[in-house]
Amino acid sequence: MKGNKRKTLIAYTFIAPNFIGFAVFTLVPLVFALGLSFMKWDGANPMQFAGLDNFARLLKDSTFKRALWNTVAYTAGVVPATLVCSLLLAVLLNQKIRGRNFFRTVSFFPYVASLVAVAAVWNFIFSPTKGPVNGLLNAITGIPYSKLPGWSASKDWALPTAVIFSVWKNMGYYMVIYLAGLQGVNPELYEAAALDGASGRQRFFHVTIPQLAPTSFFVLIMLVISSFKVYDVFINLFAGGDNQLNDATRVLVYQIYNTAFRALEFGYASAISMVLFLIVLCVTLVQFAGGRKLEG
Amino acid sequence: MALKTVGKVAIYTLLILIAASMIIPFIWMISSSLKLNKDVFSFPMQWIPENPRWMNYSDIWTKIPLGTFIYNTAKLTVIVTILQVLTSSFAAYAFAKLQFKGRDALFLGYVLTIAVPWQAYMVPQFIIMRHMGLNNTHLAIICLQAFSAFGVFLMRQFYQSIPDELCEAARIDGLSEYGIYAQIMLPLSKPAISTLVIFTFVNTWNDFLGPMIYLTKTELKTVQIGLRMFISQYSSEYGLIMAASVVALLPVLVIFLSLQKYFVQGVATSGLKG
Repeated sequence: MKGNKRKTLIAYTFIAPNFIGFAVFTLVPLVFALGLSFMKWDGANPMQFAGLDNFARLLKDSTFKRALWNTVAYTAGVVPATLVCSLLLAVLLNQKIRGRNFFRTVSFFPYVASLVAVAAVWNFIFSPTKGPVNGLLNAITGIPYSKLPGWSASKDWALPTAVIFSVWKNMGYYMVIYLAGLQGVNPELYEAAALDGASGRQRFFHVTIPQLAPTSFFVLIMLVISSFKVYDVFINLFAGGDNQLNDATRVLVYQIYNTAFRALEFGYASAISMVLFLIVLCVTLVQFAGGRKLEG
Repeated sequence: MALKTVGKVAIYTLLILIAASMIIPFIWMISSSLKLNKDVFSFPMQWIPENPRWMNYSDIWTKIPLGTFIYNTAKLTVIVTILQVLTSSFAAYAFAKLQFKGRDALFLGYVLTIAVPWQAYMVPQFIIMRHMGLNNTHLAIICLQAFSAFGVFLMRQFYQSIPDELCEAARIDGLSEYGIYAQIMLPLSKPAISTLVIFTFVNTWNDFLGPMIYLTKTELKTVQIGLRMFISQYSSEYGLIMAASVVALLPVLVIFLSLQKYFVQGVATSGLKG
């Protein structure tokens, strides 16, 4: 009995350094967030209980709805595009080809590169009137600059630009996950398919894709969650010196940040946070349910 | 046979195109960082500037306190990485190898939060930090980054793959739990630690929103938000912006290229566990 107590005590000394930090800076804020969403508070004056006021306000808040809509639209674009691109890249780089490691390293590099720095280059390269991309498009097609895409400088092209940028930046990361998934595909399946006279394309659609279903599902979930949390992509591609986004580019996390740290409406900001939390929670629940199903 | 060659050519062409699209922005960045502002957008562009303007690389240190930014970031990154590796491997040892009351409940606490986005509780976290007097201190970023559930998860997963018999034998030999952790588990877990180090390093170095919330004083800023500040203040200093961007990228590039193997393994294993 005494030995057990001692054992538990020792175990606690192992856990304590991490757990104390984790509890104070993650667990407590999390519980606090829920409570705060029912409050009205500017951070200085006493808190006031607001009941469901914050949530009622959400329903009427057009900038919030705009931010939610933009985030959903961005997610709808970025998720399938990244999924398809990283899968194709992984299949290409899973073959025995020269320079395979070079290609893998190069594809992965944008993922680790500083977003602020690459967004700056991106904005230069895609500058509507001066950048080489439109310069090239103009030289090849002869379309005047005024009719070429305005990329991150225009309202209509902002979201597609964010999507293209994110796919470029992150596809290497998901490619690595797919490569790991491809390692797990039984090579006999390909041999059997080849014996049956299946073409390369048929093997891809009837062996690779179904065999990778669990990986694709995992990638899908990760992509959805990460794109709902997007913030830095939009600030660095679209915001000017004041770090403000307009109606065409505002996203959910930007709305939380601005409501809390600029407007100092901590309660209302927490209510927006709860929306983000609920969305991610739903996606996670789908993951659990789907994971069970895929495992059989 | 001819068809095979055509296929091969097609694959290589495709791969070279993709690789080019991945690399060209970086080459463009380096090339522009050695140019005068007026030459950055000359079309057709000059990939290797005729008169490379190395001055850009000396000017950036005086235009903005880039040295301070790099020092701040390096300091934060090193401290966070060390704390993260130590505390999470420490806790993970208990979760993986020790039997004690409340183990599953505590671990459930970690499991439940791993799916919660930080952005959903960053506001109350800020309020707590401010209450503790940590706003506009580096300690805030350290507290924010150093105790992640991810680290505990990763290390615990690795320790579980080490046979329990190893610990049992060491216990019989009279080694204390701390001794087992320090002399047996830690040396064995090099691959997992490398993965954790590289992930923490890159995350902390590139973190944007955290420093943006907590570090508003210029002398406290990290490279990312310092660079962001520079870009918004001197938006038409193209050459200088590119030079500063190259400098901001370099440390991560070096770390990535030297530890690449662990990085790829790390992504692959954390991806597969789902």
